[in-house]
Amino acid sequence: MMMFIGKRIALMVPMLLGITMISFLVMNLAPGEPIDVLTNLNPKATAEARERLRSHYGLNQPLPVRYVNWLKRVVRLDLGYSFAQDNRPVWDKIRERIPITLTINALSLLLIIIVAIPIGIYSAVHQNSIMDRILTIFVFIGFATPTFWLALLLMILFGVHLGWLPISGLQSIQAAHAGFWFVLGDRARHLLLPVLVSAFGGLAGLSRYMRSNMLEVIRQDYITTARAKGLKEATVIGKHALRNALMPIITILGFSLPGLIGGSVIFETIFAIPGMGQMFYGAVMARDYPLIMGILLIGASLTLVGNLLADISYALVDPRIRVGSHD
Amino acid sequence: MTEQNRKKSSTFSQRLLHNKLAVAGLVVVLLLFAVSIFAPAIAPYDPNAIDLKNILMPPDGSHLLGTDQLGRDILSRMIWGARISLKVGFVAVGIATLIGTILGTISGYYGGIIDMLIMRAVDLMLCFPSFFLILTVIAVLEPSIWNIMAVIGFTSWMGVARLIRAEILTIREREFILAARSQGAGDLRIILRHIIPNAMAPVLVSATLGVAGAILTESALSFLGIGVQPPTPSWGNMLTAGKDNLEYAWWLSLFPGVAILITVLGYNLLGEGIRDALDPRNYLKK
Repeated sequence: MMMFIGKRIALMVPMLLGITMISFLVMNLAPGEPIDVLTNLNPKATAEARERLRSHYGLNQPLPVRYVNWLKRVVRLDLGYSFAQDNRPVWDKIRERIPITLTINALSLLLIIIVAIPIGIYSAVHQNSIMDRILTIFVFIGFATPTFWLALLLMILFGVHLGWLPISGLQSIQAAHAGFWFVLGDRARHLLLPVLVSAFGGLAGLSRYMRSNMLEVIRQDYITTARAKGLKEATVIGKHALRNALMPIITILGFSLPGLIGGSVIFETIFAIPGMGQMFYGAVMARDYPLIMGILLIGASLTLVGNLLADISYALVDPRIRVGSHD
Repeated sequence: MTEQNRKKSSTFSQRLLHNKLAVAGLVVVLLLFAVSIFAPAIAPYDPNAIDLKNILMPPDGSHLLGTDQLGRDILSRMIWGARISLKVGFVAVGIATLIGTILGTISGYYGGIIDMLIMRAVDLMLCFPSFFLILTVIAVLEPSIWNIMAVIGFTSWMGVARLIRAEILTIREREFILAARSQGAGDLRIILRHIIPNAMAPVLVSATLGVAGAILTESALSFLGIGVQPPTPSWGNMLTAGKDNLEYAWWLSLFPGVAILITVLGYNLLGEGIRDALDPRNYLKK
């Protein structure tokens, strides 16, 4: 098992290098030069001064050299300074925001798992029943619903018309001076809609996937055997079939991470949640290139780590992977 | 027995038309084409005609779906918005399919180190949250409809590449390829004449589903203000106005979203229908 994990981590190194390379290249597509920000507004900036700045920042060196220099800093988590007014280190800005985004994504992942897996099992076991058909229609509608639109509708319904839930931010003004339980309840009320919205798309996908996995498994011979030896249907489904049907789900969850992280741009912007996605959107609108590059890099690295965790958990539950892996 | 024979001999289009959901999807898709083509004739108003005396009017007899914050007719803007969605969907998917087909074919046909490199590139691209990547490129370039189509295309070819590669790995070993080679056919001829036509079926499915995905992405980008720019109407940027007038005008938020939902649903149903109709397991074993 340790061998497997070691190999898997070693495989991550070239991927991480590739991620940094793509991020670096994309940013170099930007028209103009980074020093334009410093010189464009200054009429006294001569060509000579620009040249000095360029050599000061190492911009007169060839692209590969600049990449290596940049990479050396990135390894030390030095992602440069934001162009924004505060001029703070990019890493500090990202570090503050990551917990919020990760918490919401973890909660919605949890919600997806809790709801989608039972739905998938039910649909498979009662294939072609009326309930299965209703759930199938729901799944198709779920695939086709733009999450930002769903967010708008929920905001209109629960925020404006019913007035039950707050529609922006993470806490109420009163929460600053309130007790623990009030803060907890307040936080939950603020998080309810964002978590629902970010989970919605994944719900449809995962329940569909669970259904087809389960259908595949319950057609297999060992399930017939289990039934033939007189086991109860609940035992056959719950113990024998479920285990094998659940395994591919781990991989799918790993694959869905980039979508969830990317989706945080949308729901954090709509619900005014101060997470990484909202900061990314702000950075894009302000053309804050160091910050954009930093978040792109961190976002991709998080995905890579998520996939690593998925692979390791898969190997933990499925001995065939860790014993039989030749790659 | 006769039932079995009939199913076996049925053609692709017969099987597709037998599937009610797929037909519903097909009808939606065809209707949208018609609406896009005849937009100037169908739209009751000029989509960009500002009428400040009638701003934020709820749906009624003269404006069936109401008006927006500048008094423009929502229905007319939605009809013109259908054109944008269709254009973005097809061009973006065209780009993705082209890139994916070329890279997937090279990867599957030649194998070895080229295959390894291309597949690692696919893995790498899949690591980036695609929405982050798209936003980054938009930040670097300018938000315009052409850039949107290109960016969506360039960030969504990976699935097609994998699909084509897998198809080609199995086709490559078949006898008819050997036969073609023994007659002296070169690589290019084998790829273009014998392999790609046989590998296209799953690509058709993924392209149909891809149009739905591209329309969703475009609407999200336009909603965030970095996609199709106003005053050009797109369903996504119409919803931005809905968010700004959340408290006063629910119709701004409702109708364009319904249009997106139905369109995406239509393409998805059609895509799934094509997949089922192409799948030999569905008509041979029954």
